[in-house]
Amino acid sequence: MNSNPLNTRLAGLELENPTALASGILGYSTESLQRIAKAGAGAVVTKSVGLTPRMGYPNPTVVQANCGIINAMGLPNPSIAEYASEISFTKTVIKVPLIVSVYGYSAEEYAEVAKTATEAGADAVELNVSCPHVKETGSEIGQNPKLLKQVIRQVKAAVRKPVIVKLSPNVTDIVEVARAASAAGADALTAVNTVRAIAIDAETALPVLSNTRGGLSGPAIKPIALRAVYDIYEQVKTPIIGCGGVTTWQDAVEFMLAGASVVQIGTAIALHDPAVFQAVNRGVTAYLKKKKFRSVKEIVGQAHRS
Amino acid sequence: MSDKLTAANTLRTALIESVKTENPTTKTYRFTDKQCAKAKPGQFLMLWIPSIDEIPLSIMNAEGASVSVTVKAVGDATRHLHGMKRGDTIGVRGPFGNSFTPNSGNVLLVGGGTGTAPLLFLAKRLAVKTKRLSFIVGAKTRNELLFLNQLDPLCTEQPTATTEDGTYGLKCLATQPLETLLAIVKFDMVYACGPEPMTSQVFNLTEKHGVPLQASLERLMRCGIGICGSCMIGKYRVCRDGPVFTSQQLRQVKDELGISKLGFDGNRIPL
Repeated sequence: MNSNPLNTRLAGLELENPTALASGILGYSTESLQRIAKAGAGAVVTKSVGLTPRMGYPNPTVVQANCGIINAMGLPNPSIAEYASEISFTKTVIKVPLIVSVYGYSAEEYAEVAKTATEAGADAVELNVSCPHVKETGSEIGQNPKLLKQVIRQVKAAVRKPVIVKLSPNVTDIVEVARAASAAGADALTAVNTVRAIAIDAETALPVLSNTRGGLSGPAIKPIALRAVYDIYEQVKTPIIGCGGVTTWQDAVEFMLAGASVVQIGTAIALHDPAVFQAVNRGVTAYLKKKKFRSVKEIVGQAHRS
Repeated sequence: MSDKLTAANTLRTALIESVKTENPTTKTYRFTDKQCAKAKPGQFLMLWIPSIDEIPLSIMNAEGASVSVTVKAVGDATRHLHGMKRGDTIGVRGPFGNSFTPNSGNVLLVGGGTGTAPLLFLAKRLAVKTKRLSFIVGAKTRNELLFLNQLDPLCTEQPTATTEDGTYGLKCLATQPLETLLAIVKFDMVYACGPEPMTSQVFNLTEKHGVPLQASLERLMRCGIGICGSCMIGKYRVCRDGPVFTSQQLRQVKDELGISKLGFDGNRIPL
């Protein structure tokens, strides 16, 4: 029916291409999401939204590391009650799937926020069960398979749209967590969130981030994320969204070969601006042509064939 | 580009080399930083006050390897910075953002409060290439008027000073003499930096008179490198697409200019 080799599907969502904006990046306002969509992203994920507003942490919230960025924003968000109208408005101006990232302090909260988000028009929700720097939410849930299952089941019961679960790399065995998420009904898995990290300034002998610890993103974590995707693909049938250091089309191709159906891009926007989406898509298209694949779907998991 | 940004974004520390009290609420800090010393007028840096905060500041001057910023004590971070002395350690990231584009011919600069600082930096670069350089400096009261003595030799006529309480110069807002000047002189470019209600009014007046404007805006900032979305105005990131915006860009953000901004929780709040 369509001849665009980049067209793909994920958990029932139709994507024009296999790139998406990663959560936490530029994802507050309609205008910024619209700009990312126009720049060529196949889908956009909002910043994480919860039941009540959070101001986030004081600065410094971002610090440069070698080949990456460490951040501890502290989940700043205006609350789902406030954000719902922005979701509805965003849906009227962007054509690509709008995925709302959701966090909560309990299964009930996750379900309530997800329900409001989808009722406002979100095409899917991505559960942030992997934020490494806010206590009692995020990775405290994503590191506990039993609790994680509870959260996913409750959200699945509350919404009719696809439920994506963003996994933490800060676990002993990510496959075990992926399996739990899959068993609880996750429609897709995003691998991975940031890697727990710290920056210390030698001169002042102080941690730099106001929250002391943060999460590392960018090229530094790509091999870690790639391994996570590869391992999950081998053991779990649920579709995977690769996330972690995707900067070039080669990175995107590698993630898909490892088993990702879609890749999310975040930190690379700092290095290359939103134009990174178009550059990645062009490169992937050229790769498919050169390797004589008709569709990007054909390369998913190819690295496992041997 | 990416290597350059990574280098700019790498945190380094510097010792405060001098602190100059400009007035009871405002101080200028000088330190050595090779990267920010290459900054162009209009660019900003992120200044880390160890254990306290990190704040965006316009660069007021860059000379040799020296960098200066002018800071008014308005909140916890700036009050803490005001307590710091020569020899104390600060952290620096930057320079970030775009810069003013220097114009020749007749130019007019409008500075409000500490917004005058980056315009002084700009005026030093403009003085050599312009035919007429006019400057309007506005403040609430006499002792908050900044840099009049330094601006005087750079301008083709004495800078116009305005104070809201009439303790010095004209008793009015900076935009009042602006309207008068725009009516009698054909300016090729207006540059503005100051409180947003002022900038918004400068924008309206320059639009009315058909004169192009470059205005530096301020928003709450976190990352400084265009990824966190804290400083959006319309579709623009003030930290990366700005902080300097042209008339054409300002027309696209009229609904927000001087009206609203994003708060710490990402919610839109009145300015």
